[in-house]
Amino acid sequence: MKKTLVSTLALLASAGIAHADGVLNIYNWGNYTSPEMIEQFTADTGIEVTITDFDSNETALARVRQGGHGFDIVVPTHSYVPIWIEEGLLQPLDPEIVTDRGNIAPQWVDVDFDPGREYTVPWQWGTTGIAVNTSVYDGDINTADIIFNPPEALDGRINVIPEMSDVMAIAIYAAGGDDVCTDDMDVLRATRDMLMEAKPHWLSLDYGTIDNYVAGDILAGVYWNGATMRARLQNPDVAYGYPATGYPVWMDNAAVLADAENVENAMIFINYILQPEHAAMLSDFARYGNGIAGSEEFMDPEMAAAPEISIPEELVSAGRFNPTCPQEVQDIRTQIWTELLQ
Amino acid sequence: MATPPDSATGPEPDPQKESHGWKWLLSTPALLVLLVAASGPLMIVAVYSFLSPGNVGGVEWDFSGDGWFRVFFSRDIFDPENVSWNWANLNVFWRTISLSLQTTLICAVLGFPTAWFIATRPPERRALWLFLITIPFWTNLLIRTFAIQELLRGNGLINTILVATGIVDEPLQLLFSNFAILLGMAYVFLPLMVLPLYAAMDKLDFRLVEAGYDLYASRVRVLWHVILPLVKPGFVAGSILVFIPSIGAYVTPRVLGGGRTMMLGNLIALQFGQGRNWPLGAALAMVLLIIVMAALVFYLRAVNGEEGKRRG
Repeated sequence: MKKTLVSTLALLASAGIAHADGVLNIYNWGNYTSPEMIEQFTADTGIEVTITDFDSNETALARVRQGGHGFDIVVPTHSYVPIWIEEGLLQPLDPEIVTDRGNIAPQWVDVDFDPGREYTVPWQWGTTGIAVNTSVYDGDINTADIIFNPPEALDGRINVIPEMSDVMAIAIYAAGGDDVCTDDMDVLRATRDMLMEAKPHWLSLDYGTIDNYVAGDILAGVYWNGATMRARLQNPDVAYGYPATGYPVWMDNAAVLADAENVENAMIFINYILQPEHAAMLSDFARYGNGIAGSEEFMDPEMAAAPEISIPEELVSAGRFNPTCPQEVQDIRTQIWTELLQ
Repeated sequence: MATPPDSATGPEPDPQKESHGWKWLLSTPALLVLLVAASGPLMIVAVYSFLSPGNVGGVEWDFSGDGWFRVFFSRDIFDPENVSWNWANLNVFWRTISLSLQTTLICAVLGFPTAWFIATRPPERRALWLFLITIPFWTNLLIRTFAIQELLRGNGLINTILVATGIVDEPLQLLFSNFAILLGMAYVFLPLMVLPLYAAMDKLDFRLVEAGYDLYASRVRVLWHVILPLVKPGFVAGSILVFIPSIGAYVTPRVLGGGRTMMLGNLIALQFGQGRNWPLGAALAMVLLIIVMAALVFYLRAVNGEEGKRRG
């Protein structure tokens, strides 16, 4: 009943849009799709693109599961890709149209979440690490101690993004854990105690804080590499560190939905973003890496050389892809998180 | 559900009764809207609170009381045999209720003189003052909240003035505190207190106030024993209107509280989002509903009590 109602509404809504060949509906994170690239795509192919934003993987998944969404392309994070595939929400890429999967940088081809890239192609990838203002702190920036055991100079001026899985991952690694979905109670206890002791030293748990880093209101925090780079471009004191104990690496991936209405256009788009010059446009806008070989030479030179994008050799191995945890473990993590924010 | 009278069963249908039956049917669109749009979604939430969490969001259709159990109790994560009160959740409830009551109190204290000021202006001016009260509603809540953030931040207007006038040496940490949340909620919800108070004062018979003075009551006694009892229904209605949105507030604690501490709205969002436990989120949403209903019962009692007294 609900499904019928939703799809009827979707039908009514889409009746206004011409059902010509030249349409493509993309469902992506907000403020993440380069408008210049979309403009050029439309100029090159004649396909009109509509972009709808989501704000979390959970939201995107819940909405597409309901059906009748009218989207053709979705951009889930690596940890959610297996769920999308297992539930039959994605369709395999059409080798006739998506001919340039060879452009994907070798390390991003045989990934655990989509071996051989049968369903997805890289959109953007990044890391979650430590942003710190080096005008007040001159110690090692590649350590989680900045957050969990902060020096005097940073005390009370720390912001932690309220992204439970990222923060738990950095905390579990820092507490000596190896697996983010660990159910090793000793590790979890140490993690909780460390978080509880650290929180009084934090100022806030907030997302949109680039301006605060630039203004110096916030001097350190758990942050994403691309956002930190945007802050650094306005305030050169802001530096990005990779916790040596371990930090999350993530990749968002474009895929074609199983119930897409404009399958051919979607496949054309997927192949389009596999071209280095187009992937470079995505990176120039969102300020993250893109996983397409040879895109560096098309990027903004400031971007290609950025320390937030090129991980120091000795710290590469500390970066890890996190899976989604089983619900029992997730409940424990949520409980720790609730205790932290009670 | 009543059924329209069937002329075949009754030997002689009463025309009066029949027309009543059909008149009742005229309200079916309204009843349908209420049923589908108001009760329907609530029923879904109620049902979901008794199911099991699905794989990464959603629900499995297996009965489970676990959602409700987790609202109030927690198994010690490090010793599952040990069940205790879920203090983390209870603390969030307590903070939510306490901040909402404080907001209501602040709104009442600020709203009374404001409403009094408007009610004592010449009648032709009152419309203008009331109109001015509604101006904040022209702007989106989120934008107003960010505006307050701009006022409170380290290099914001308030701190700049405080430092420039030498009252404080360095900027105060005003943002990201309970104070900021309270200020934001009081500012946002104040008109909801002023309007019902004004409505009550508008009907106030000022001859009674004069009578109080004639009988040598002091200003305080007149305020306390004459005016306040007469405008009490306005206070009660205003308090309800402020308390209910406060208790479900999500944006204000998130933006002005800096996400350091949760209110109930944020806890519910956590369970539906990152926590991926919809039944627990649904049970928490039902708790919110129960708190609101308790407040409404209090309201009805207070209002009915008032009427009873007058009749008696």
